Amino acid sequence: MSVGLGILFDGLAYGMLLFLISIGLSVTMGLMGFVNLAHGAFAMFGGYLATVLMQQAGWPFLATLPAAFVVVALASVLVERVLYRRLYRRGPLDQVLFTIGLTFMAVAGITWIFGPSQQPVVLPDFLQGQTRVMGLDFGIYRLFLIAVGVAVTAAVVLGIERTRFGAMVRAAVDNPIMATGLGINVGGVFAVAFALGSGLAGLGGALGIQILGLDPSFPLKYLVFFLIVVSVGGLGSVSGTLLAACLVGVFDVFGKYYLPQVGAFIIYAVMVGLLMWRPNGLLGKRA
Amino acid sequence: MVIKSKLAMALACASAVGFGAASVTAHAADDTLRIGVIASYSGPYADYGKQFDNGIAIWLKEHGGKLAGRKVEIIKKDTAGAAPDLAKRFAQELVVRNKVNFLAGIDFSPNAYAVGAVAAEAKIPTIVMNAASSAITTRSPYVARTSFTVQQVSAPMAQWALKNGIKEVYTVVADYASGVDAESAFKKAFTAGGGKIVNSVRTPMNNPDFSAYVQRIKDDKPQAVFIFFPSGVQPPAFLKAFKERGLEEAGIKLIATGEATDDSYLDATGDVALGLVTSHHYSYAHASPKNQKFIKDFSTQFGDKLRPSYFAVAAYDGMAALDAALAKTKGDVNGDKVMEALKGVSFESPRGPIAIDPATRDIVQTVYIRRVEKVNGKLVNVEFDQFEKVKDPEKEAP
Repeated sequence: MSVGLGILFDGLAYGMLLFLISIGLSVTMGLMGFVNLAHGAFAMFGGYLATVLMQQAGWPFLATLPAAFVVVALASVLVERVLYRRLYRRGPLDQVLFTIGLTFMAVAGITWIFGPSQQPVVLPDFLQGQTRVMGLDFGIYRLFLIAVGVAVTAAVVLGIERTRFGAMVRAAVDNPIMATGLGINVGGVFAVAFALGSGLAGLGGALGIQILGLDPSFPLKYLVFFLIVVSVGGLGSVSGTLLAACLVGVFDVFGKYYLPQVGAFIIYAVMVGLLMWRPNGLLGKRA
Repeated sequence: MVIKSKLAMALACASAVGFGAASVTAHAADDTLRIGVIASYSGPYADYGKQFDNGIAIWLKEHGGKLAGRKVEIIKKDTAGAAPDLAKRFAQELVVRNKVNFLAGIDFSPNAYAVGAVAAEAKIPTIVMNAASSAITTRSPYVARTSFTVQQVSAPMAQWALKNGIKEVYTVVADYASGVDAESAFKKAFTAGGGKIVNSVRTPMNNPDFSAYVQRIKDDKPQAVFIFFPSGVQPPAFLKAFKERGLEEAGIKLIATGEATDDSYLDATGDVALGLVTSHHYSYAHASPKNQKFIKDFSTQFGDKLRPSYFAVAAYDGMAALDAALAKTKGDVNGDKVMEALKGVSFESPRGPIAIDPATRDIVQTVYIRRVEKVNGKLVNVEFDQFEKVKDPEKEAP
């Protein structure tokens, strides 16, 4: 029983991390209809920014997290305005080719600047080790991940449900033509949404170094995980993405624990099963 | 139009990343020895090629840029990782177009098999400077190896563990050819000495998070865990999880092969590696004058950013072995004669005494047991026990 609880906890923490990195992809693909396979590159950018700030500028780890969010969000606005905007009306094949090309360029650029090897990151002492709560060992960093994940989820859900900007996003998604008619700047709204999603990817990249590691192959290595989360969750759905990320995280950890010989492949089986049951994802809005 | 040209540029860059720019140099004067080096110079394994280059360069500088009294031209080809098709094509190009006298380098085993086939056909002596799959030298009579085999360093770890009171081991290896080799060599040596393997797990390549595997180990409470992962990303990930979950405090010992504490990645791995006992054929901290000189030359020529690893040493020794063989043939570069001369070559390497086994053309060397310690603020593998004249156990009589 207690073993199961511990694994559930680990899986949820892993899921939260996947959620933070994937939610932006769900936004771009689901809301804006743009196949942004370079999403992982934004996450990687956040990770490298955090390591540079820590190693060269001597920033504390916690201070690098908001910086990763803000800088990646701003950079993504630039990328969106200069490059992505031209491709909104093109077919998915053009978008896929372009963003994959962009990913390769990011990989090559990072290799050129930082070299091909893994970046070392040392967490502050208070985030390391385990703590014992009611006879169970919990990783402190994982507790921290869950806390950040819950906070971000709350902020995103409230932001979309309760704010004027959220209402504009929902309107622009549901009926872009009508929204334009009502005077909403659909392009601008999407640009901001894209920036927020990319910023979250940057934050996830910085948070994930400890668990996922960080080297130039990051965007290609984890692309498949982001795509699984987004497709299982359903495009454009925050709660769907969260649910899918937690499911993937928990199944992955359960599989590796109870069936270590085949465990890592269980998430693929889960993905296939769920998509057969609900082809649009768990809480997807459109096909 | 603009977008199309941008896309074309992006794709061009992407394909350059994928395949690397192969350097083609004009033929040099006739008395120059041409060596084709096939390795990874781009992508996640770009450091491998750099280590080879540096090792070769140090040997050449030490010997006035000459091998067997002749000038040397190095022609590099980039496979950017495990890519046997590419390695084969490069080997063919090097033989046919560049007319190389020798092939060398080769970081990945699948590439070595592919190059070995070309070498056998063209009768070009080939020095494997890393690829560690046991059968490489048995598949092609024109291949000799100056690196190691996975089995050669895994089996001594099992013997050392038995000698030090470890009776039950849980093995965790990366699920690819070398991981399976390490697992079976360790198992064989460990059970032959009366030890018991309690569980064996193979984890997928590119596994990001080891916490579930490590938690399982913690709950199963084995006496010790043996791990094998390729150098680079996975060992630190495993070590982090091992430390975070408090397995050390739970009394579970961890042993590994030297890939886990690869000198060139040890700084990035950090303090989680402290105290880890590993078996390998080369340590940066090997306390011999030859090695002191080697690492000093390395840092004066290439800076302190990259630490020489067993790749650089195997490349350096590859040149030394060729030189010794050419001394025997009196400069004759005929493939059969060079291969014959390579057999039985022995000399002092930065890692200690080594020899090329006359029967198998594989390397015979000392395998050291080391512990990660902090010396002068630097993490290094300190050797404290050793097994002498270790041959590849896979090729020993059954």
